[in-house]
Amino acid sequence: MGLLSKKDLKLITDPLADNNPITIQVLGICSALAITAELKASIVMSIAVLFVMGLGNLTISLMRNIIPPKIRIIVQLIVVATLVIIVDLVLKAFAYELSKTLSVFVGLIITNCIIMGRFEAFALANGPIRSFIDGIGNALGYALILVIVGFFRELLGSGTLLGFKVLGDPIEKTGVYAFGYENNGFMLLAPMALITVGIIIWVQRSRNEALIEDN
Amino acid sequence: MEHIELFFKAIFIDNMVFATFLGMCSYLAVSKKVSTAVGLGAAVIFVMAITVPLNWLLDQYILQEGALSWLGEEYATYDLSFLSFIMFIATIATMVQLVEIIVEKFAPDLYNSLGIFLPLIAVNCAILGGSLFMQSREIETIGLAFNYGVSSGIGFFLAILAIAAIREKIRYSNVPAPLRGLGITFIITGLMAIGFMSFGGMLTGGDEKPAELETAQVEVVKEATKIANNEKELKEE
Repeated sequence: MGLLSKKDLKLITDPLADNNPITIQVLGICSALAITAELKASIVMSIAVLFVMGLGNLTISLMRNIIPPKIRIIVQLIVVATLVIIVDLVLKAFAYELSKTLSVFVGLIITNCIIMGRFEAFALANGPIRSFIDGIGNALGYALILVIVGFFRELLGSGTLLGFKVLGDPIEKTGVYAFGYENNGFMLLAPMALITVGIIIWVQRSRNEALIEDN
Repeated sequence: MEHIELFFKAIFIDNMVFATFLGMCSYLAVSKKVSTAVGLGAAVIFVMAITVPLNWLLDQYILQEGALSWLGEEYATYDLSFLSFIMFIATIATMVQLVEIIVEKFAPDLYNSLGIFLPLIAVNCAILGGSLFMQSREIETIGLAFNYGVSSGIGFFLAILAIAAIREKIRYSNVPAPLRGLGITFIITGLMAIGFMSFGGMLTGGDEKPAELETAQVEVVKEATKIANNEKELKEE
């Protein structure tokens, strides 16, 4: 990556692991959990957040010197809301079924704490290019968790990945179903998303002891 | 009757935190102590009671298709619903700021206890989520909208109060080190959400047809419950 200096590269790699927005910074949980019953929805949501975060961070960073501090939250919300409306309209035009599945959760990207959190913590204090990279990095960290959760929930819950029956057909008893395997319908229920993220946190923190917090 | 049904449905069955995962961020961040959790919960009830009816009015008289017909014939075909995100969030942010100023002026005691939480609320997904669900569920009267706002707020209040109490207790337990803090909170919330699912059948009993559930997520849940029930029946046989 000749384009990026080491410091900039760190802005992308950090949120992927040791400073992950979901498992470490505890931001943006709301939408992360509700839509991960299918891998496809998780991926689309990740792309939407990637778009909004990158451009949003860039915009806020460009405007950071002219935003009056007292009303900055409203300004930030308006910027995000505009970007989210674009995403919503694009989804409705090109992937109508999916936009039905995501329902209000596209709109809720506006109040996704990752976005506001990064605006406050980074974009208001850094230049546009670095802010853009930071936005992309954090959105990728968010996407990573979403895809992992979506992968396991769809695989264990309905035995498919992106709609393909990777484990065989449960009705005709092919693939692993021939050996008496059953889908775990429980994985599709909302609470399992929380428990899956809990397990990801467990794995991550037992690999890196520095992240362990007090009770 | 309609009011009572909506009230219990919003608190227990469609609980903001446990059924739709809204307001998770502040739910996890501000639930270390019961006293602060009560403050935030009260502020959420307060703000939702104001913003949901207000956004209902906006939706009904400005944003919906044909809503502008009160302006005159030529406006009857306008559909501004694509603006609803930006209108709702602007209303919420402004209302939060206004409420903060008013409460500070007239009820300093309340301001001191809600104080720092009010600005936080502008970016709480539960508030915006309340307005968006109000829109997508097509709530009919302003009274019902007010009811929905208050009862969703109460649902959030209950959830954050419960988790704060549990977290205060769990401090004395021997949790595996990597799970401490965030991890165990997630898992407890998951277990609580499973518990709250048992309220699901509360309003579907009796002669009335079960209310139609709009969001696809709920449908997925329904489907999965069906599968789980079938499996249970099979086992019992």
